[in-house]
Amino acid sequence: MSTSPRLIEVRAKVLKQNDLLARELRERFRGSGVYVVSLVSSPGSGKTAFLEKLLSRLSTNHRVAALVGDLATENDAARLKRAAPMVRQITTGTICHLDAQMVEKALEDWTLDDLDFLFIENVGNLVCPSSYDLGEELRIVLLSTTEGEDKPLKYPTIFNGADVAVITKMDLAAAAEFDLAAARRNIQNVRPGMRVFEVSSKTGEGMDEALSFLQSKLEASRMTLQHE
Amino acid sequence: MHELSIAVSMVERILEESESRGGLQVEAVHLKLGVLSGVDRDALAFSYEIACEGTILAGSRLVIDTVPLLIYCDQCQSERTPESIQQIYCPHCHAPSETILRGRELEVASLEVAA
Repeated sequence: MSTSPRLIEVRAKVLKQNDLLARELRERFRGSGVYVVSLVSSPGSGKTAFLEKLLSRLSTNHRVAALVGDLATENDAARLKRAAPMVRQITTGTICHLDAQMVEKALEDWTLDDLDFLFIENVGNLVCPSSYDLGEELRIVLLSTTEGEDKPLKYPTIFNGADVAVITKMDLAAAAEFDLAAARRNIQNVRPGMRVFEVSSKTGEGMDEALSFLQSKLEASRMTLQHE
Repeated sequence: MHELSIAVSMVERILEESESRGGLQVEAVHLKLGVLSGVDRDALAFSYEIACEGTILAGSRLVIDTVPLLIYCDQCQSERTPESIQQIYCPHCHAPSETILRGRELEVASLEVAA
């Protein structure tokens, strides 16, 4: 007589290790008073150009740093270092996303207490980064006008997992026949209530709004920490 | 594709669970996979076999239980399942919902072991 197999309930989260490390990082960031923002998008949608603008404008009155992820090359870090000195490249080899361990390792000798903002630019990819918590406070998803307004519907998971959307390359919107209203509607359909910014890193259009939003987020997080 | 990374993490977690129970002879793994987990079902099934190679899980079956999206509609004051992940609003009254109750799962629910 054969016995039937036993079923053992385990309820084990697959990414538990990453989630635990991300939680530790988040606590460390909060303890140091640094506001951590990550950026996700497809390759070529303007993460680095946007970050370059953010770093150079914020560094006039804030202490800023950035980690930038790519499969290979140090090009983005070299480019961002012109805007702010504390920039470090994370090269992932063949890995299509950053995880909490890569972030922790890249931060090893940095003193976080000296910082106001830390930006983490993820590998250009609209699929894989969505599964990994990096310990950030705010996740920005970028969508460029040249990619088309239906990107949020094609990649709902990454849009839904982000906190804020930034539509980039607004200076090319007319040439690309970008339907802004449809893009905004699509974003709201996959992530109801999401705040959306429209920017051009080239002309500077919309950067003031994005910057003051980030500054208000930093102030709000410090207020919350003081009251804890 | 990040499903191979996910499958490797999954195998590590299952081996941990098995060891903490004194070593199990796992025949099948039941996984809960939410439609908003960001993980592709077929790619994961394919990667799982590769990740199991050379471990005691080699040859085990992966049973994937897809978890549909469940939101809370403030208007209707009830739980609803949207028509798709492209329409995260109430299918009944069309009010958008920021409260996702289910659909992000990536969890090993149970292990089937030789009795």
